[in-house]
Amino acid sequence: MIWSAVETITAVGLNGRAYYIHWGWFQISAANLAVIVAMVVVFALAIVVPFRRRDR
Amino acid sequence: MTTPVQPGGTEGSSWTGALRRAGLRALPPEQLLPDEQPVYVASWVYVFGVATIAALFVVIGSGLLLAVEGPTWWHTSSVGLFFNSLHLWSVELFFFFMVIHLWAKFMMAAWRGRRAMTWVTGAVAFVVSIGAAFTGYLSQQNFSSQWIASQAKDGLNSVGIGAFFNVLDFGQMFTWHVALLPLGIVALVVVHVLLVRKHGVVPPFPAKTDTRSQPPSPLPTARDS
Repeated sequence: MIWSAVETITAVGLNGRAYYIHWGWFQISAANLAVIVAMVVVFALAIVVPFRRRDR
Repeated sequence: MTTPVQPGGTEGSSWTGALRRAGLRALPPEQLLPDEQPVYVASWVYVFGVATIAALFVVIGSGLLLAVEGPTWWHTSSVGLFFNSLHLWSVELFFFFMVIHLWAKFMMAAWRGRRAMTWVTGAVAFVVSIGAAFTGYLSQQNFSSQWIASQAKDGLNSVGIGAFFNVLDFGQMFTWHVALLPLGIVALVVVHVLLVRKHGVVPPFPAKTDTRSQPPSPLPTARDS
């Protein structure tokens, strides 16, 4: 019951078989690729987004 | 006759006093707990180290509760499932922030200025964390952990460590996961942070000037000789 509720409220079903992306010899799960892309995006944002300092 | 006062108190023969004075010489209080940081630290790219430590606090807190309550609790009760998920997602964030921290420090060449050990302790903490995560997957007590253990044993046996690190032995893996590896990670993180306090946050690379727009130097160069 809990798992069905979780599946209902999540956009992606987390209990199914993992989806893999194949590119020649290279293979990666979509979840791992999404995490890597998210890390690159957050890293880029951390460099370009200004950091507001508290005025002393 | 009075004894001259040394940093950390008067000289004495006790090992506790010597340890205190050595600690104060290595890390004076104002350096250990500074009020402010250099201006170049005012960037979002510098927050991922402390974000990693914050995630580690949640990992350890949720892990302590899981260890106290046990597998039946974390697999069947709703509160147990919540803390099981909290433990997993805090680990995800721990690695997420740690990898970005690693990228940022690599780009800055953060081992510059006698900071080699700071870099090394961070890198070793990363490797030990992978072991802690791996033994965590083995400690789930479900089909997933059995599958991971049965796959991993062949790889570990092929490099000759299966007899000492038996992934099919739940008791051994659970002990590694809840005691040995967390202690190692915490110790490495403490040393890492103390080294950052001792040597300071690595400054950015100096700005490069465009030499083509500069007037020719009056000083002789290698090409002139």
